Order: sequence, then C-alpha cells, then structure tokens
Amino acid sequence: MKLGRVTGKVWATAKDPKLNGLTLYVLQPVDENDAKIGTELIAVDTVGSREGDLVYWVGGAEATFPFSGRQIPSDVTIVGLVDRLDIRPGGTA
Amino acid sequence: MILCKVVGSIVSTIKHDSYHNQKVLLVRPVSPDGTLKTGTMVAVDTVGAGEGNTVLVASEGRAATEILGFSARQPLRSVIVGIVDRIDRERSDQ
Repeated sequence: MKLGRVTGKVWATAKDPKLNGLTLYVLQPVDENDAKIGTELIAVDTVGSREGDLVYWVGGAEATFPFSGRQIPSDVTIVGLVDRLDIRPGGTA
Repeated sequence: MILCKVVGSIVSTIKHDSYHNQKVLLVRPVSPDGTLKTGTMVAVDTVGAGEGNTVLVASEGRAATEILGFSARQPLRSVIVGIVDRIDRERSDQ
C-alpha cells in the first residue's frame, strides 16, 4: 500500500458495468513529506474520500477485492483516509 | 520480502474493513547497510514492530491473506512479517 493525495475527480459515462456506482479519482502518489512520487493514477474510491484528502491505496490484484463476493476491474483502489501521520524525527533522509 | 525501516505510523478512522484493528505503519525501503531509499510504503504490522525498527515487508502474492487469516482475498497487500535483529554479510560483499 502507498500514500496518495486525491487531486481530482473523473467523470466517465461509458465504462465497464462493474464500475457503475463507483467514484473515480485522480490520485497523486506521495511520500511521507507530501512530495509527489511518479505519475498520477486513476483510482476507485471505497471510503468516501474527497478532493484534497491524504489517503492510502492498494495496487495490483488486491485492488480488485474491496467488495466481498464481487471483483471490480480496478488496479488502484483507495482503502483508507489518513487522519494523521506520526513521523519519527530523523526518520526521513 | 523487502527490507524496510519503520519511519512512522498512520492514524486513520475511515478505512476498509480489512484494516480494522490493524496497526498501520509507514515504512521506507533500506539497503542492508541501513541506507534509506525512496518509495515510502504503508504496511500492516503483524509482529509488534515500532518506529526505528528494521523490518521484513511482504507485499507479493497471497502473503497478506495467509498471514492475517482472511477467508477471502482483501484489498491489503503489504504486511510486516518480521523484525530484523542483525544482518551478517561477507566482508568482500561490501
């Protein structure tokens, strides 16, 4: 799992029916200092995030399993909202 | 598995059910000599790791499902599976 910042919302009318009802966001992966890592991704939201939120997300096969008994065609899924990060002093180089 | 150092922890109220009652930590990959690398990750702790510990992080395959005992696969992939006490290396290796 990794940290990310929600930076936008994606509207797509024509999409796979298995994505119906799900919210798609533009997600910028970030590190613990909120510095951008790599390119922006499109993510399925499962926790009610909003633009500007710091979240954690899961990629790969695990991104398809947020709902029991149902797989979704997603490779990036937001699974948690960050309330607070506690960073150890000197823990970052 | 990869070698990481615990650099912090995450407080999170709203999260997927599979993360409930789990300790969620921030880890950064490190080389065996302790040099921090980029690519901070979020990982669920299963061994009582704390900030500053060098740990083993598994994030491939079905590691999380097996270790956390989920009956079905969940959207959770990175778990801390060990705390490293010491790494011995060949001197010629360094």
